Amino acid sequence: MELLVASAVGILTAAGIYLILRRRSFPVILGLSLITYAVNVFLFATGRLATGAPPILNKYEEVAYTDPLPQALVLTAIVISFGMTAVVVMIALGAYLSSRDDSTAMPVEADGAEEDA
Amino acid sequence: MSLFLIAALPFLGAVFPALLIRAGRNAAASAAGLTSLLAFIGLMLHIPAVFRGETVHASVDWLPALGLNANFFLDGLGFLFAAMILGIGLLIILYARYYLSREDPMGQFYSYLLLFQGAMVGIVLSDNILLLLVFWELTSLSSFLLIGYWKHLPEGRQGARMALTVTGSGGLAMIAGMLLLGHIAGSYDLSVILQNKEAIQSSPLYLPALILILLGAFTKSAQFPFHFWLPHAMAAPTPVSAYLHSATMVKAGLFLMARLWPVLAGTPEWFYIVATTGLVTMLLGAVIALFKDDLKALLAFSTVSQLGLITMLLGFGTELAAVAAVFHIINHATFKAALFMTAGIVDHEAGTRDIKRLGGLRHLMPVTFTIGTVAALSMAGVPPLNGFLSKEMMLEEASHTIWNGSHIIVPALVAAAAVFSAAYSFRFIAHVFHGPKREDYPGHPHDPNTGMWMGPAFLVVLVVLIGFASAKIAGPMVATAAGAVIGGEKLPYYSLKLWHGLTPALYMSLFAVLGGAVLLALHRPLERIWNALPRPEAKVIFEALIGAFTRLSQGVTEGLHNGVLTRYAAVMVTFTVAIAYYAYQGGTMGAATRELQEPGLLPVLGWFALVVATLFIVAKHRNRLLSLVLIGVVGLVVSMSFNYLSAPDLALTQISVEVVTIILMLLALNFMPKETPVETPALTRIRDGAISVVAGLGAGGLIYALLMRDFAFPTISDFHLTNSYKGGGGTNVVNVILVDFRGYDTFGEIIVLGIAAMVIFALTEAVLNSRVRAHLLNRTPDLPQAGDAHPLMMVVATRVMMPLALMVAAYIFFRGHNLPGGGFIAGLIAAIAIIMQYMASGFAWATERQRYPYHAIIGSGVLIAAATGMGAWFNGMPFLTSDFGYLHWPPLEEFEWATAALFDLGVFLAVVGAVLLALESLSRFAWQPGMSTEHAMDINPARDDADKTGTEG
Repeated sequence: MELLVASAVGILTAAGIYLILRRRSFPVILGLSLITYAVNVFLFATGRLATGAPPILNKYEEVAYTDPLPQALVLTAIVISFGMTAVVVMIALGAYLSSRDDSTAMPVEADGAEEDA
Repeated sequence: MSLFLIAALPFLGAVFPALLIRAGRNAAASAAGLTSLLAFIGLMLHIPAVFRGETVHASVDWLPALGLNANFFLDGLGFLFAAMILGIGLLIILYARYYLSREDPMGQFYSYLLLFQGAMVGIVLSDNILLLLVFWELTSLSSFLLIGYWKHLPEGRQGARMALTVTGSGGLAMIAGMLLLGHIAGSYDLSVILQNKEAIQSSPLYLPALILILLGAFTKSAQFPFHFWLPHAMAAPTPVSAYLHSATMVKAGLFLMARLWPVLAGTPEWFYIVATTGLVTMLLGAVIALFKDDLKALLAFSTVSQLGLITMLLGFGTELAAVAAVFHIINHATFKAALFMTAGIVDHEAGTRDIKRLGGLRHLMPVTFTIGTVAALSMAGVPPLNGFLSKEMMLEEASHTIWNGSHIIVPALVAAAAVFSAAYSFRFIAHVFHGPKREDYPGHPHDPNTGMWMGPAFLVVLVVLIGFASAKIAGPMVATAAGAVIGGEKLPYYSLKLWHGLTPALYMSLFAVLGGAVLLALHRPLERIWNALPRPEAKVIFEALIGAFTRLSQGVTEGLHNGVLTRYAAVMVTFTVAIAYYAYQGGTMGAATRELQEPGLLPVLGWFALVVATLFIVAKHRNRLLSLVLIGVVGLVVSMSFNYLSAPDLALTQISVEVVTIILMLLALNFMPKETPVETPALTRIRDGAISVVAGLGAGGLIYALLMRDFAFPTISDFHLTNSYKGGGGTNVVNVILVDFRGYDTFGEIIVLGIAAMVIFALTEAVLNSRVRAHLLNRTPDLPQAGDAHPLMMVVATRVMMPLALMVAAYIFFRGHNLPGGGFIAGLIAAIAIIMQYMASGFAWATERQRYPYHAIIGSGVLIAAATGMGAWFNGMPFLTSDFGYLHWPPLEEFEWATAALFDLGVFLAVVGAVLLALESLSRFAWQPGMSTEHAMDINPARDDADKTGTEG
């Protein structure tokens, strides 16, 4: 199990970084999303892996619980990363619509060329 | 009055002038005046204690871990300076009321002035050098605002920038010096540092600390070679020059040298650096001042020279010299502030302050003439005025100072400087007020109204009184302040009187006055020589230097930051991997302590799906729609793994976030190219692939190593597990952590989420209000559109599902405290329920039915969460402490209430609002005129009214 989770984190990270190194905004956003998954799973896994031990207290019998703290952190991280993705998507879209170009690099022209267009 | 209040009053009062200016200029001025007066009275209440030689303390531990405490103390030196700052501040406030014209924003002026006053008072009352540094920087900033007050004048802006650059960089050096000093003494409290003379002077860090601190003091007090900013700061309105550049800010450097005198002075390093700098500054300033035609420039350079004089006295390191320095600080403040105000009056009434265009004003402006003459004579060192007294003490000290074995160097140079200073003082009187009356003044010179000459007149009265009865009037003050400077030692014998007998100092004084008169008589030929001499222009050098720095930083920045995002990302990833590897090399790793868990078939299948989808995304990322679909697969597997690995809350959150994220990306993709072109050469792709594989191996290896080992330290998770039910009243530990244990984090996070949504909204507004709008309106879809935008089946299904979905959201919300669920997940589900309506029935239809703007929903969510948190205050508990209990209302089952649920409601609302605002903003791009608002469903309960009246459909 540990091997599966670790290799998944590695593959997601590698794929995410490869996409972030592309030159158009859309693959970069995809890459960010993949890295988000990787990071969330990574953080979650720092609580170690356990099956069938959700941190829901059982009033009636003694059972094992997994670590709840990373879960709480990752829960907010998931929601926040949605907010971040949304902002990045918006910036990418605004940039594309304004310049008709979705390249992530700054245009090579000198400053002020934009105003004349 | 508490020292805190004295230091805080000007800051608090700074608000009022800016507000009261609407009620008129008098209201603003009175507010500023009253604030200063209150602080001044508060200070005066400490007179008995201070003059008994006690120090008044007030302290609060602010950041004890950093050694930064809000400690204030008041001794003789602090009292002298605080009294000057507040007292002269009062006169300046009165003066400025009449000096500033109707067009000047007076409220702003007084606010800046009070800010500055507060910062200065803070410096002189601080007992903690870190606190002192904070106030020190504040004076640089507030003086920047004051010097650049006339924003329309380029000289004002340049002068302000130059002053900030010079004093600010000096301040930086001083921070380093102070940190060294605190490090040597083992405390950042001045009272402790001042007790550690031996330790500090014998430390190897003494010299670096001394040089760095002196850099700060010299830049602030305009000592050579940093003197050049002061004349350029004269572009400020005259009240500012009179206040900052004669009595207060430029004296801050002197104050600091005097304050640290007991521990820093007395060594050869101190003597040669400080005394020499002071001597050079004194001579140079005096010579330049004589040849300046601008009244304020003359006064500026004379200030530079006088500051040099005081610096030199402090540099001598003898106790008598320190007494003389303190005495001259008082005297200089009185006559120089009066002179600046006089110059301001002349400028104001005659319309110019160019000495070449003035002269003969003594009959036109008799009051101003009297004030100016007395003050200038005092500056020249003419008896029986106060300037004579302290100058004599200075000459006396200088006459037996040995510089590098030479008995003659210091007295000779000091005498030369004294001659020049007498000369420029006489010139101030002779060339402005004497001589024939002229016909070509730009203005109509006459004495100003009383308010304007009251301030300088008061100071001039002091000049005369101190001169005649110095022992009575200034004696106790000088003794107390000087006692504080030399730090507890017994004061040496001295006497403040006019006649000391036929001493060398008296001959030097006589020589200076006569020489000054001669120089003035020879002014015209001397000026011709002066103008013919080549002189380095400080401003040009300064600007060349700044230009060079700008070009250097531009070169570095542009070299690294060339605007290619890919490059930054590659550098960052490589660097991160490199330092991670470095850390791995340096550390040790124990043996694995956990056993591998055998995966079942399901996890293996999930892993397989995830890996295949991820690899396909990389391979097929050019097909954007396909990669979006595939990323959905990844998200699904991730949420399922959360569920499998005992994290039901995460699974619920992940899957609902997945839905909204994919919708969001689809919306965006609608307006973007559907394909990514091949741009990079194969070699680059191989390089990128190598970077990412290494990084992926690192991340995977790290988590694998972590997973195979137990916690190195006991975790805090057990605390949460044990206290979740007892303390938080919930059995879902994750939710209790979110709304209770770590409620502060969650509170911050919903605010961040709200801000993100607002940013998206603002960006949308910006884009839609630009020329992009026209393009969007005329857009033709690049893919074939669906034949039916609002399929009947889907519309029906979503409308039926809406209440169900909301019900589920409510259910998830309420059970969240004890079972998987809670505000975050419920908020996402509710948002999805509403998004479904947007998708099925169209934007227009959904917008028509939306009653509350999403901004308001976000805001109310944050407010509810905040109000719940603040509710704890009423029970005397800290912010966000939760409470819960149980209720039993027959015939219902017993149920639980918890304030945490209210907090969770805030989270719920913020999430709903943020998600919907983001998606709604994006969908607004799609709107085009003539888009059908026809409804898929003809029978619509909400439109029944319209049907009855028959106006529609």
